[in-house]
Amino acid sequence: MNSLSRRKFLKISGATVVTAAALAGSAKTIVNAAESFSKKKGLEIIPSYCDLCFWKCGLLAYVKDGELWKVEGNPKDPLSNGRLCPRGTGGVGAHYDKERLKSPLIRKSERGEEKWVEVTWNEVFDYITDKMNKLKTDYGPESMALFSHGIGGSFFKHMMRAYGSPNETAPSFAQCRGPREVGFELTFGDVVGSPERTDIENAKCIVLIGSHLGENMHNTQVQEFSRAVENHASIIVVDPRFSVAASKAKYYLPIKPGTDMALLLAWMSVIVNENLFDADYIAKYGIGFEQFATEISQYTPEWAYIETGIDPEVIRETAREMAMYKPATLVHPGRHATWYGDDAQRSRAIALLNALLGSWGRKGGFYVPYSYSIPKYPYAPYPELKKEPLDNPDAKYPFATGEQISTGIREATISGNPYSIKGWFIYATNLMQALPNREETIKAIQNLDLMVVVDVIPSEIAGWADVVLPESVYLERYDDLNASPFREGFVGIRQPVIDAPNDQKPNWWMAKKLGEKLGLGAYFPWKDVEEYLDTRLKLKGHSLDELKKEGIIKGALQPIYFEDGVEPEFLTPSGKIEFYSTQLADAGFDPIPRFTKHPEPPAGYFRLLFGRAPVHTFSKTQSNPLLRDLFSENELWVNADLAERYGLKNGDRIKLKNQDGVVSDPIKVKATERIRQDCVYMVHGFGQKSRQLRSTYKKGASDAELVTQYKTDPLMGGTGMSVNFVTFEMEV
Amino acid sequence: MPRYGMVIDTRKCVGCQDCVIACKTENNIPEGYNRDWIVTEAKGKFPDIQLEIRTERCNHCSETPCVSCCPTGASHIQDVGGVVLVEHNMCIGCKACVEACPYDARFIHPDGYADKCTFCIHRVEKGQKPACVEVCPTYCMYFGDLDDPNSEVSKLLQSRKWHINLPDAGTQPNIFYLV
Repeated sequence: MNSLSRRKFLKISGATVVTAAALAGSAKTIVNAAESFSKKKGLEIIPSYCDLCFWKCGLLAYVKDGELWKVEGNPKDPLSNGRLCPRGTGGVGAHYDKERLKSPLIRKSERGEEKWVEVTWNEVFDYITDKMNKLKTDYGPESMALFSHGIGGSFFKHMMRAYGSPNETAPSFAQCRGPREVGFELTFGDVVGSPERTDIENAKCIVLIGSHLGENMHNTQVQEFSRAVENHASIIVVDPRFSVAASKAKYYLPIKPGTDMALLLAWMSVIVNENLFDADYIAKYGIGFEQFATEISQYTPEWAYIETGIDPEVIRETAREMAMYKPATLVHPGRHATWYGDDAQRSRAIALLNALLGSWGRKGGFYVPYSYSIPKYPYAPYPELKKEPLDNPDAKYPFATGEQISTGIREATISGNPYSIKGWFIYATNLMQALPNREETIKAIQNLDLMVVVDVIPSEIAGWADVVLPESVYLERYDDLNASPFREGFVGIRQPVIDAPNDQKPNWWMAKKLGEKLGLGAYFPWKDVEEYLDTRLKLKGHSLDELKKEGIIKGALQPIYFEDGVEPEFLTPSGKIEFYSTQLADAGFDPIPRFTKHPEPPAGYFRLLFGRAPVHTFSKTQSNPLLRDLFSENELWVNADLAERYGLKNGDRIKLKNQDGVVSDPIKVKATERIRQDCVYMVHGFGQKSRQLRSTYKKGASDAELVTQYKTDPLMGGTGMSVNFVTFEMEV
Repeated sequence: MPRYGMVIDTRKCVGCQDCVIACKTENNIPEGYNRDWIVTEAKGKFPDIQLEIRTERCNHCSETPCVSCCPTGASHIQDVGGVVLVEHNMCIGCKACVEACPYDARFIHPDGYADKCTFCIHRVEKGQKPACVEVCPTYCMYFGDLDDPNSEVSKLLQSRKWHINLPDAGTQPNIFYLV
């Protein structure tokens, strides 16, 4: 156990700063001369917004005598209401993390061997510029692709568009919420979005299907969920695992994994057959209801019981419960929805169930969000694109609209079709854990002439790069403005509260410097990010000084429900809520969702399920000393009876082998009554393999490593990942 | 004179450990140690499970084995609020209190003294809530004067069912769990 006190730790980091600053010399003074915090005395409280996940909660950073002390929620911020989640509270650990990247690196041996030469920023930018210029000449600018997650990527997106590439993606679509957005858009003509437009706090009945709020700490949602619990909302939880949310529920439905669609169809049939739907709402806003009602009525609870294992009477009772509280019944759409490959249709079934209950646009259902939008920076138009994005050639996945398919870009990188991708620029997303089938990712990487990774820590994906650029963490940098659509309009600022400890740089600085070297200086007319932000804010009648002081500026309140005057608008082809989807029928898909039977684990194998813990985000936070201290490795949830049958006890270390023979790192067994016997569960993001990140190296097991199989959603290219089966390997 | 206590609503707690991290940053608790923690108790057989999730810490008991066993008087009950505290300078790190506490709420700090929750008395004296209460995203924690019948904590104890931890220890804890 590491007993190094934080006070001592502060002293040591301080010493590192001096040495590194002395060594780094000129580069450091260029960017941070104007914003040195280290000499200030006393307590300063500086507003900013969080980056421990993508929720972007407003925070107040406490800096005592020039050292970062703690962060709290900004009470003015509507996302956090002054309370951060555990990751946000532990955000100071991101600054103090001893294993951070410290200087730019260029690879000096084979890809993936993690052997590097430390170089200066000038050298690294020259290296990248040479390669990118050559790629542009040899293959065209579209041969570069950007993988980017989070708001910090916005300046790189700008740089890549200025360079001339249309290929920009993130795993957050095809590996996460994509199916949900597509399912809802097909039905209501609009996406759920982020933050989700779920009116949890006003819901009288909440249905969670696999969504494990409370373990999944999307701050506003958890705060609202807690208020709903306090208000005695009727909660229905559907999950193969008895989640924390299940413990708050009136009804817990321990569903057989892979059969959610059957349950949804049966619920809808009960509501239709017993005339429990919101008839006025459907008459006013719906289309195709008759066809829908006729088809849906066949799915009896008795039929669904055979698939799901859920008692038909419980299916009826819960359907009636939902109908009783309509329209203040929220069937939560979830977020990570890429499970079985028919996920857009399952999400559409969730949308249709909400439509039956009349909850879209209504209080206690889905509100209509709005944004305090700030005009974009008045850039010159981008160069005309010579080629289309290549993630989805010939619209193979016809409903993958709006966002690009990350795995489609990976596929094109391997095949060279429809054209060659020779460079990956990766910002803040660990593709080794985010994309299914690691071998395919490595195969694609081997086809590249250039791979750049920008990150704060030596992540697994950084280990495969040619060039690694160390970024300052969110508390040390400016980023673009946050004006997310929400219950109320607001704009929040991210600003530096403390100096970066070494030669790390903010993303905007990297994008501008690199852009200038690439001859794209005209696209970076601003002197620095402060001028950029001030320009945008002045276009809205504000200023950077004002926002730096306030942290959050709010707009005037607007109505967010149909009943309060929001004009209902459905951007579907019919302009209505589509119970029967002509779009889907025309494209050769089920216009009304149907049940698909998914393969079940063979004898001796169990379905691998994964999810989240409150103190970690993806595979980004495991080395943060504060968060690691509370959760340093994941455990394998195994049903207690099953564990006994295999002679497994709590704390035993075993390996898992999947259907393709891939064997995991050892993981501790958690023998528990809280899960079914046909599946096992682990928290995502562990079992990391970056040798430079000693604190996380092979801590626990990686679900991603075991996800060699994935089932692609024919509607939108999402990769269903809960289709892998594992068995226990006792010999460790 | 107030008697400070906490009421924790286990119905709302999700066990996210935000209270633990907030305590660690507020009070500079070294890596590997914490003054508060989460207990998750599952009873029953799948799928009929009852789960209680509790955030736990020093109970600031009214009957204090940790104070009576202290050879130097470092471990004491503060007059204001009845808060149980340790005077670091007087503590010799003998661990008697660590052993005596039935709740396992104390540890020896790497700097050599017995350490534990202080109810963030440095904040309370300024009119703020303890850091754990202030941070909780589920608003499941309440802090106040148990002797004031009109305080939020007293009203909650009057209106809701509750339990204390280890009632048989006879320590009269001042932290109460709503069920």
